[in-house]
Amino acid sequence: MAKRIDVKDLNVYYGNFKAVEDVSMTVEPRSVTAFIGPSGCGKSTFLRTLNRMHEVIPGGRVEGSVMLDEEDLYSAKVDPVSVRRTVGMVFQRPNPFPTMSIFDNVAAGLRLNGVKNRKVVTETVEKSLRGANLWNEVKDRLDKPGAGLSGGQQQRLCIARAIAVQPEVMLMDEPCSALDPISTLAIEDLIVSLKDEFTIVIVTHNMQQAARVSDRTAFFNLAATGKPGRLIEIDDTATIFSNPVQKATEDYISGRFG
Amino acid sequence: MSALDTGHQTGPLQRASSLAPSQGLAGRAARNTVATVVVVLAFVIAVIPLVWIILTVLQKGAALLPDASWWLNSQRGITPRIAGGGAYHAIIGTILQALATAVIAVPIGIFAAILLVEYSAGRLARVVSFTVDILSGLPSIVAALFIYAFWITTLGFSRSGFAVSLALVLLMIPVVVRSTEEMLKLVPNELREASFALGVPKWKTIVRIVLPTAFSGIVTGVLLGLARIMGETAPLLILVGYSQSINTNLFSGNMAALPLMINNDRQQALEPAVERVWAAALTLVLLVLVLNIAGRLIARFSSVKK
Repeated sequence: MAKRIDVKDLNVYYGNFKAVEDVSMTVEPRSVTAFIGPSGCGKSTFLRTLNRMHEVIPGGRVEGSVMLDEEDLYSAKVDPVSVRRTVGMVFQRPNPFPTMSIFDNVAAGLRLNGVKNRKVVTETVEKSLRGANLWNEVKDRLDKPGAGLSGGQQQRLCIARAIAVQPEVMLMDEPCSALDPISTLAIEDLIVSLKDEFTIVIVTHNMQQAARVSDRTAFFNLAATGKPGRLIEIDDTATIFSNPVQKATEDYISGRFG
Repeated sequence: MSALDTGHQTGPLQRASSLAPSQGLAGRAARNTVATVVVVLAFVIAVIPLVWIILTVLQKGAALLPDASWWLNSQRGITPRIAGGGAYHAIIGTILQALATAVIAVPIGIFAAILLVEYSAGRLARVVSFTVDILSGLPSIVAALFIYAFWITTLGFSRSGFAVSLALVLLMIPVVVRSTEEMLKLVPNELREASFALGVPKWKTIVRIVLPTAFSGIVTGVLLGLARIMGETAPLLILVGYSQSINTNLFSGNMAALPLMINNDRQQALEPAVERVWAAALTLVLLVLVLNIAGRLIARFSSVKK
């Protein structure tokens, strides 16, 4: 059910500030695409335009088009809320709902979208927790608060919560940057297994991580502070890390970045 | 310093020397002592009147409270000369007026706070915020006079417990708005984003995620607001007459309340009446205390799970 993302000539603005300029790329279904680049280069901002989350920030808007298969996400008749149901997201810091148990956290997306059938909810919760490699660790304490889990478990809980609404695409904004190496490994394994079902786009500051999990890698950069970020290069991950076309890419991945 | 100049120019040594006793140390210790004494004194001075008030009220008011008739009877047929009777008419009046106030003020206050925090952009939010600022400094007697002019003179209703509640609404709304606003601001933005990212509409995110997360704080704010308005006296003096009998009808007739009962009996310089003044005062303090404890209990049992 995973879908292809086709971005054409996308500019992203916050108010009058142009944050990202002129990005065009294609993300293949059932693949992992990594965005790398220095802080402030617009990779997270661009990621958030893929499910219209940037509009949550006042003044956020785009020019250009983002196609999900045949559907333009920014066409006037598209509801941003339904876009986010199709394109899920996992954030930098684990953010389980603090008033809810583990079970309720995973069920939240279903229940808040009106699914009441208890059997459906229970089955989806188990399936999602298994999908997030968390089931065995929490199956005996589903009624305990989600905030009581460790950081890595919380992040997998958030991934379970995101896949419970069965999106086509999963966006991950530095999902491991708040986690220790063991938890990071668990999430990375999870990402690789999730790509059988979803189109995955991940923002990471960790280049080894990009090399380990992604099929394609996009390098973003900005000319100077205050200038918009741009997509410098996107290619197969192996090519980007061994034989990039652009000099800036090579400088960045080899640590010779300005 | 000369010893250091002979070759050891590294930082650690120099820093170590600055840790050694110098002539400034005694002075610093003295200043520390003075500051400590001043701070402790200020604390004591602040606490003395509070403790004093509570002790006085307890000492003078406790006599009547253990008697069941205090809680169950009114002052009907009781003159200042005779002891007896109870404060039930005043307690029920205070509670009913406070409830009516809360029913009106809490939804308005919470909705206004939601507008300010969740939909904060725009002119309307600035107008609301400005209005709340002004309202929160509004003297209670001005609120009472306004309701008198609006509700009684202009609209032609008669004085009643409900008129009091309307004036109290004006006093309670800013408390509820400000406390709810603070609590909503404490809800991390990440939770809203997590909910949006699940395809949950904004209104549902507010109702099902943001408000439950802030629930205990909002309840505490509401109860503190209630505690504040229960002791307000000016609206009572202007907007309703005192009754010695039980009246549970907010919309008609004289109606008692604890501050009114205190005020009424205070005007009689007779021993039984004075006793009732202090007993009513203690009852009011206890009522506020119960509200406070209830607020804390609700906060504890419904708070964010850890």
